[in-house]
Amino acid sequence: MSASTQALRHLPAPARRSRLRPSVREALWGFGFVGIWIFGLLVFTAGPMIASLVLSFTDFNMVRPEAVTFVGIDNYVRMLGDPSISASLIATVKFAVITIPVTMVASLGFAVLLNQPSLPAKGPLRALVYMPMMIPLVASTLVWMGFLNTDTGWLNGILRALGLAGPDWINSDVWVYPALSIMGLWGIGNFMLINIAGLQSVPTELYDAAKIDGAGRWQSFRRVTIPMISPVLLYNLVIVLIGTFQYFTQAYTMTNGKGDPNNATLFMNLVLYREGFVFNHMGYAAAIAWLLFVIVLILTLVLFWFSRSRVYYAGGDR
Amino acid sequence: MTAIVTGARETGRSFSDRSPIARAYRRFLGRSMLLMIALIIIGAYLLPLLYMATTALQQPGQSTTPGSPVWPASPQTATYQGQQYPVYSVPMPDGSTRSLILIEPGRESSTFVDPSAANPTPIEWQGRWRTLQQAWTFSPLLENFTTAWNQLNFPQLMRNTFGIAALSTLGAVLSSVLVAYGFARFRFPGKNLLFIILIATIILPFQVTLLPQYIMFTRLGWNGTWLPLIIPHCFANAYNVFLLRQYFLTIPRELDEAAMIDGAGPFRILRSVVVPQSLAAITAVSLFHFFFAWNDFFVPLLYLSSKPDLQPVSIAIQEYNALYATQPTLIQAAALMTMVVPIFVFLLAQRAFMRGVVVTGVDK
Repeated sequence: MSASTQALRHLPAPARRSRLRPSVREALWGFGFVGIWIFGLLVFTAGPMIASLVLSFTDFNMVRPEAVTFVGIDNYVRMLGDPSISASLIATVKFAVITIPVTMVASLGFAVLLNQPSLPAKGPLRALVYMPMMIPLVASTLVWMGFLNTDTGWLNGILRALGLAGPDWINSDVWVYPALSIMGLWGIGNFMLINIAGLQSVPTELYDAAKIDGAGRWQSFRRVTIPMISPVLLYNLVIVLIGTFQYFTQAYTMTNGKGDPNNATLFMNLVLYREGFVFNHMGYAAAIAWLLFVIVLILTLVLFWFSRSRVYYAGGDR
Repeated sequence: MTAIVTGARETGRSFSDRSPIARAYRRFLGRSMLLMIALIIIGAYLLPLLYMATTALQQPGQSTTPGSPVWPASPQTATYQGQQYPVYSVPMPDGSTRSLILIEPGRESSTFVDPSAANPTPIEWQGRWRTLQQAWTFSPLLENFTTAWNQLNFPQLMRNTFGIAALSTLGAVLSSVLVAYGFARFRFPGKNLLFIILIATIILPFQVTLLPQYIMFTRLGWNGTWLPLIIPHCFANAYNVFLLRQYFLTIPRELDEAAMIDGAGPFRILRSVVVPQSLAAITAVSLFHFFFAWNDFFVPLLYLSSKPDLQPVSIAIQEYNALYATQPTLIQAAALMTMVVPIFVFLLAQRAFMRGVVVTGVDK
C-alpha cells in the first residue's frame, strides 16, 4: 500500500466520497470483489461450457486442430449406436441403484447412532467415521481392493470363517457394484455430519408430542424425524446422485482405466476420458460431457419436483 | 398425564429397582452397551485400515502361503546341531500338540526334535509331515516401507503434493474471502441473481468445461505444469464462498461502521474487522481446499501423467499399483504412507473440519 493511499485513509470520509453517490460507490466496491468470481466464471466455466457445446458438433482433435469440420449432430447420433456408451449408462444405473440407498441409509444410521444422547465420546466417534474422507481416493481404493481380494482379502476370510463362500468381488460383473458401494461407505462422513445437524435441529417438543400420542420409537422416527430432516436428506441425495454420475477415480484405479470386468466399471466418466484423452476424439467426448450434464440436470430437476410435496421446510419460505 | 401413567407402571417394580444406585447402574450399563455397539460398528467400518497396516508389515507372499496367520509372521525356525530347521505343531499320540523341529522329513514317518528340551533326542513320528501346520513367529517387516519409499521417490512426491495443494489453497481462500466479502457486505444490482448462479455451479459437472479448458491450457503451454491445477482455483468457488459468506453475515455490521467512521476503507475493514472475526471459518475452508487438492486425481492425471517429476502422490501410487499389483505388501505400504499426513492433520484439526461441513451443508 503506497504512502499516498495511507494518507488518504486518514482524511475525513466525506472529502473522499464526494465524487460518487454512496450507493454507487458501494455497488462498485461490491462488483469489484465479486468480479473476481465473475471473471473466473466467464473464463473457466461459462466460456468453456459454450465452447464444449460447440465442440460437440465438430470432429475436433488435438493432433490436427486445423482440420476441424462441423459435423452437425453426428456425435450425438453416434452415441446411440456406441456400445461403450450404452455399457456405461447400464453400469452407472446398476451402480446407482445399489450405492445411493446404501449411502443414504448408512449415513442416516451412523447419524442416529452417533447422536444418541446417552452415547459417550460422540465427538471422537464421529471423527473416526469421518476420517476415511481424508484418505486420498486412490489410496483407499488400493486398501479396499486388497481387503476385498477373493483369496487373500479379509472380507472373504471372515465369510469363510463363518462357513460362507465369499464372492469374487471385484472380478465379477455382478458383485463389483456391491463392492464399490461398500468402498463408497468411506465417503459418507459429510452426509453423516449433515444428517446429525439435521437431527439436532428437530424441536424436542415434537418428540414429546408424539410420545403423548402413543408413538413408539420407530413411529416417531418415521413420522417425526424423517419428515423434519427431509430437506437435509434431499440435499444429500442430490449430492450423492451427482457424485454417482461423476464416478471415476475408484474405477480408474481398480482397472487402470480399462473398465473391467466385462465393461462393468466402464462408467461414463471413464468413457469420456478415453474418448477425449486417449483416443483423441475431442468433439465426441464433448458430446458425452453434454449428455452427462443433461442427465444430471434432468435427474436433479426431477428430484426437486418430486420432492416438492414430500420435503418439509420449516418456516415455509423456500 | 404422562407422570401418572409412568407412576402407575412403576408401582409394580420392586423397591431396589428404584433406588438411585440401581438407576445409576442401569444408566451406566446402557451407556456402556451403546458405546460398545458403536465401537464394534466403527471397528468393522475401519477394518480395512488394519488389513492395510498388517499387510504392509508382512513378508512378500505370506498371504498366499497356505496355513499362514493373519498377522505379520514368518515361518518359525530353530537351530539343531548348528543347522536351521522349520518348526511344526505336531499332534502326539497321547493327544497333546508339541512344537517340534523337523530334522528329517520322510514320506510316512519323520524325525523331529524338541528344541526346548535340555538334551534333545530325536523323536520318530508316524504320519505325513506335509499335513502338519507350520509354526509361525511374529515378525513385522519394515522393508516394504523403505522399498516403496525409494521406488516411488516419496520425498519428491510429498514436495509436489504439498506445493500444489498449498498454492491452490492460497489462491482459493484468498479469492473466496474477497468474493464472500462482496456478497456479504455490499449492495449492488443483480446480487441475488449472481448468488443463485454461484450456488447453481455446484451441480454443474466439471466434465462440461473440461475439454475446452484442456485445449485452452494446452495452447497456453500450461500442459505438463502445475498451472492448470492452481490457476482455475484462484477465482473462488461456490462451497467456499457460501461458507464464508454465511459466516461473515453473523459478524455485526456495527463493527464495520465503527471502523468506517474511523476512516477505514473496505480493504481495511476486511483485514482488521472481518478476517480476524472469521478465522474459524477461514481455517475450515483452507483445510477443505488443501485436502481436496491433496487428494485430487482427475485433473493431475490429465495434465501431469507424462511428467513424473511434477506428479502428486495420487497419480504416482496409481501408476505404482499398475506396476506392482502382484505385490500387495508394497502396495499397502505405499497406501499407508500416502494417508499418514492427511489423517494426522485431520485428527489435529477435526473440530474445525466437522463444523465447516455442517455450515456448508445444512443452510442450503
